[in-house]
Amino acid sequence: MKIDIILCGVGGMGALSTAAIISKAALDMGMYMKQAETHGMSQRGGDVQSHLRLSDKEIASDLIPDGECDLILSVEPMEALRYLPFLNKEQGWVITNENPFINIPNYPEKETVLAEVRKVKNSIVFDADQIARDLGNPKGTNMVVLGAASKYLKIDIEKLEDAINNTFGRKGEAIVEANINALRAGRAVADKM
Amino acid sequence: MEKLLLLGDEAIAQAAIDAGLSGIFAYPGTPSTEITEYIQASKEATEKGIRSNWACNEKTAMEATLGMSYAGKRAMFTCKHVGMNVAADPFMNSAITGVNGGVIYIAADDPSMHSSQDEQDSRYFADWAMIPILEPSNQQEAYDMVHYGYELSEKFRIPVMIRITTRLAHSRAAVNIRRNSKQQNPVKLLDNPKQFILLPVNARRQYKELIAKQEGLENAAKMDGFNKYIDGSNKKMGIIACGLSFNYLMENYRETHCEFPILKISQYPMPVEMVNKLYEECETILILEEGQPLFEKQIKGLLNKGKKIMGRLDGTIPRDGELNPAIVGKALGLKVSEGLPIPEIVAPRPPKLCEGCPHADSYKALNEVMEEFGKGRVFADIGCYTLGAMPPFNAISTTVDMGASITMAKGASEAGFQPAVAVIGDSTFTHSGMTGLLDCVVDNVPITIFILDNSITAMTGTQKSSATGRIEAICEGIGVSKDHIRVITPLKKFHQENVQVIKEEIAYQGVSVIIPRRECLVWANKKRKEEKKLQK
Repeated sequence: MKIDIILCGVGGMGALSTAAIISKAALDMGMYMKQAETHGMSQRGGDVQSHLRLSDKEIASDLIPDGECDLILSVEPMEALRYLPFLNKEQGWVITNENPFINIPNYPEKETVLAEVRKVKNSIVFDADQIARDLGNPKGTNMVVLGAASKYLKIDIEKLEDAINNTFGRKGEAIVEANINALRAGRAVADKM
Repeated sequence: MEKLLLLGDEAIAQAAIDAGLSGIFAYPGTPSTEITEYIQASKEATEKGIRSNWACNEKTAMEATLGMSYAGKRAMFTCKHVGMNVAADPFMNSAITGVNGGVIYIAADDPSMHSSQDEQDSRYFADWAMIPILEPSNQQEAYDMVHYGYELSEKFRIPVMIRITTRLAHSRAAVNIRRNSKQQNPVKLLDNPKQFILLPVNARRQYKELIAKQEGLENAAKMDGFNKYIDGSNKKMGIIACGLSFNYLMENYRETHCEFPILKISQYPMPVEMVNKLYEECETILILEEGQPLFEKQIKGLLNKGKKIMGRLDGTIPRDGELNPAIVGKALGLKVSEGLPIPEIVAPRPPKLCEGCPHADSYKALNEVMEEFGKGRVFADIGCYTLGAMPPFNAISTTVDMGASITMAKGASEAGFQPAVAVIGDSTFTHSGMTGLLDCVVDNVPITIFILDNSITAMTGTQKSSATGRIEAICEGIGVSKDHIRVITPLKKFHQENVQVIKEEIAYQGVSVIIPRRECLVWANKKRKEEKKLQK
């Protein structure tokens, strides 16, 4: 079994912290893992991506090969489109928050962006920000998106919850619970589709 | 055995701690920064008394590395590829002095220029200096090579370069570690007291010794296991895969077996015998190098009269940029899968100054003053403020190398192009700006120098700046008149005042320094979080 995931967003949105949760869960399942990250200049408001590769066999490349990504997981819709050349166009999924993060003057119309995402064979575009806000956890967008993705992740949601516990445990029970709730709410969205 | 999830950079740092490191010396630079940061944050390293503060620049860092080695201890130097240029003087000569305690230089290259101004390949430096190179293909190898590198360095009394690239530096994987493999060396004097005295009479002898070491080093590259000959049944093509490129090769044979013989290269000098075996057995050779075509050129030779050699020079692989599985797959003639094209509407999202960044206020004031003089008069430097080249500021005309703002503005001013303005960050100023400022003072050139003081090395992720609290004293000490060292606060509410100060100093026919001083916001937030944590 292999799972290749691209996590993307804009520098400072915290998109990459999701990768830590998934990799913890995968390691717990005894899988091999490689994760290539963006550091340095791009982090100043530029586009950031992380290639997360999980497999039950040893992994060679740190980068996901073109056309073989199983899952693009994004907290921003235009950023999800930027990595389409990596997507497995038949089996791969794009799961993204629907709200643009506009820090450039030439950001396209929101509806055009969402229409492009919907053109992909398998996609879920939804208002993860709203769900997070409704839960009283406005910073939980990442976890909501991860929850929606969990359906296609081939990793048990319980394992992800353990990983959240592990990652946020030091910050206290309330934070762990808020993030787990966000995860479950995101999963509910995917289950309804 | 203990297993940790580590970035390539972190694997190197942990290995150094485990291999008896006594000190690491570096100036921050992407993608090398996390090596030193890991050691600075490591409790274990603190308990072991490993020194790890940031140095002013790569030259001072490498010289201190050499000094620690002189005293018998194991030392490490790290830099990004362009840092090798700054350290080139001690680097070349340290090959001739050789070492006492083991020395490893980590050169972190950035092919595709993710965060750099060029994609120079540091292997050229090591080849030029005739020192061995270790080029890991994965995080585990990076870890193991630090242990091995110190042994090699002490055995041959030579500095060793470990060359990594961005993908390995910033990619995480599980690494098996061996804690406390070696205790730190005791301080010990040299057997040969003249070893580090490079007077011509000694240097000539030492250089001959360096040349004599090459045979042993090549033999180590053949025998010590990092270079592997993997036989294949189809001899139509032989593949030489250097460093990380080996992974991209293997990725293409995930489900199948490579039928061509492969020479995996992770240690140099090139093991000529192994290369020759491949060359003799195969009809053509494909060379995969992450970086520039160093060995492709050597194997091909100037006249290219031998067998067909494929790589970056004949167009089999693009001449520039980093490799990836698809590029290697296509070079192998394999069918490579494709995803979807990027829709045309997707706009680029380049990095930019953060909301509320002090540099933005500095540029707004500077732009207003410069309007009457016309474009092309602001010479900038390397740091977050380089982003002043982008809209909406479009404020700067040059960015070349660390410190070049002051000296290029000086040269332009001396050409009669006045006013000439330099913009340099606090940390870049103490890295390579101070000597240029002295040149300006000695020649009394009309120049206005902005030293943007945000109290941190921001671009690389907020590392301590050697300049903090010292800028006025340095400028005064170098000879800038006290009346023309002006500190301003880059905030909207002081805009008019700041514009006035800039006007006055630009009108002054001599050396003036303006210091816009306000803390980097990323740093301020980080500090606040850390303080909160401490309170708990």
